[in-house]
Amino acid sequence: MTRAVITHGPRPGVTTHLPEVDMRTSIANLDLPSPVLTASGCSASGRELDQFFDITQIGAIVTKSIMMNARSGRPTPRMAETPSGMLNSIGLQGPGIDSFLDNDLPWLVARGARAVVSIAGGSVDEYTRLASRLRHVSDIAAIEVNISCPNVESRGQVFACDPLAAAEVITSVRRNTAPGIPVLAKLSPDVTDIVAVARAVVSAGADGLSMINTLLGMVIDTDTMRPALAGVTGGLSGPAIRPVAVRCVYQVHAALPHVPILGMGGIRTGLDALEFLLAGASAVSVGTVTFNDPSAPARVARELAVALAERGFDSVGAAVGYAHRLPEPHSMPGGAVAVHPETAVPPVADSEIASGVEG
Amino acid sequence: MAWQGKPGPLQVTGEVLGLRRAGDYHVLTLTAPGIPELTKPGHFVALAVGGQSSSMLLRRAFSVHSVQSRGVYGGTLDIVFAASGKGTEWLAKLHRSDTVDIVGPLGRPFALPKTPVPCVLVAGGYGSAPMFMLADALRARGCRVDVVLGAATESKLFGVLDAKRIASTLTITTDDGSLGERGRVTDVLPGVLTRTDADVVYACGPMGMLSAVAKMATAFGAYSQCAVEESMACGIGICMTCVLPVIGDDGVTRMVRSCTDGPIFRGDRVRWDDVDTIPSDALGAPVTKGH
Repeated sequence: MTRAVITHGPRPGVTTHLPEVDMRTSIANLDLPSPVLTASGCSASGRELDQFFDITQIGAIVTKSIMMNARSGRPTPRMAETPSGMLNSIGLQGPGIDSFLDNDLPWLVARGARAVVSIAGGSVDEYTRLASRLRHVSDIAAIEVNISCPNVESRGQVFACDPLAAAEVITSVRRNTAPGIPVLAKLSPDVTDIVAVARAVVSAGADGLSMINTLLGMVIDTDTMRPALAGVTGGLSGPAIRPVAVRCVYQVHAALPHVPILGMGGIRTGLDALEFLLAGASAVSVGTVTFNDPSAPARVARELAVALAERGFDSVGAAVGYAHRLPEPHSMPGGAVAVHPETAVPPVADSEIASGVEG
Repeated sequence: MAWQGKPGPLQVTGEVLGLRRAGDYHVLTLTAPGIPELTKPGHFVALAVGGQSSSMLLRRAFSVHSVQSRGVYGGTLDIVFAASGKGTEWLAKLHRSDTVDIVGPLGRPFALPKTPVPCVLVAGGYGSAPMFMLADALRARGCRVDVVLGAATESKLFGVLDAKRIASTLTITTDDGSLGERGRVTDVLPGVLTRTDADVVYACGPMGMLSAVAKMATAFGAYSQCAVEESMACGIGICMTCVLPVIGDDGVTRMVRSCTDGPIFRGDRVRWDDVDTIPSDALGAPVTKGH
């Protein structure tokens, strides 16, 4: 059967006559028309990017993490370019939840885009109050809980780095969120065992996981011979961190195969997005690369559709976790022959088997 | 929304038509379909550098030096830059027909006076780049235009000949005295302001210069319009890296984005002495804790 697909099916690099791929996906009970979303902190509240592509056509806008009160953020310099990435220390500058609900969210909703609202807090109580504020707001697609914040009540210990503290936040947010609205916990890669944190937040009621947040990094300016950022340390993002992100998604999907994952970390192309799906993500966020290419979320979605079709996938769902499949010695001509990724054997989609494509 | 045919910044693939040296600087001429027609004095463009798989992700922002809306190549624009880092060094090595991803026009342009009032344009180094389009627009409104250009040395001045052509008077300063008067633009500016009785001062250059010029303009009872230079990652308002403290119409200081709220600000609204800090009275500033 597989051999027939190789013979007659589309080949990588050939983009004509590709079969239609069902790009719909879901995260818990949130259905999305496309598996590509923006990433929190890289798309503001959608308005700016809507100048470059139709934001209603992508999966969702994940808004910049909002807190209870207006926040000025950190002093400048807030950013340094790094090889295939950047370091940032914005300090969660934002208008506060009231202004967000008065100005930003209504615009997104009126525009017809799906809004995944990211919330951030300095205490469990702040997360709780944010969830309560959002409880009666209609038209929210999901809540993403940014737990990579210092807990002011625990000597600045980052919630996401402590399974118990992370779980405490998620328990409270879940309890104060309308039942139909998925709660996604955004995990930090700066932990020894990300699976342990994932288990803790899932047990606490998280409906899905967003992973990964930035990695803590630092750049020293060799002219001034001081830290390049006013905040001294910052979050590293961009393609430089992609292998770390893919590893995290792969490990968590292996341990918790039924938990939906929104994957992110340095996605620049459709093939990058495909890596995340294969690792176990049901959808992906495009973040830092949007600074380089403001139409990146739409472009990545188009490229991903082609990449899926080229590999014989007829839907996003068919690719999710595909890298975890058992070895298939029977499908490897010559048995132990190493297969270049670009010429790897495409999977046989169920529909193809059913319809006897191999005939 | 550009994709819906509404006015707004465009993302286009530009083609290199020319690259020439001008003193210590480079002048790059690019096709930029659709952008020149929308560009006003003070607008900027953000260029991706290093090609499609570049390890340099952050866009480089350049104020538009000049535009040609029509011609053999359609709309083209010129930018001026110093090859001072990996991104600008890449730009300096471009060849004719190479392509560059361009986003623009971006930012808020210079505000122009409604009546024909005397204006003084002050620029440091290649901060003069946007001043020639501005001077043309001001002169078209009947404004008298006097220009002050300053730089460390003669080779770091940009556009001296063009400035002579467009200005009623041109005053030049260099730190080393290699051209014009030895000293800084702020040394000669009081004399120019007095002599011209300027109503508006336009300034572009390093932050220290802008700060001094803005304060001087205010002291002389003139409005000032300053083009700030803050490092940006995106240029379109989503990265939040290019903020500076600016006083709003309501008197409240906010950390605003220089890309979308600027890069042109009223000089009397920028808290120059607090740039690179969060003033304690800024909206959302950290609450100072007592002992």
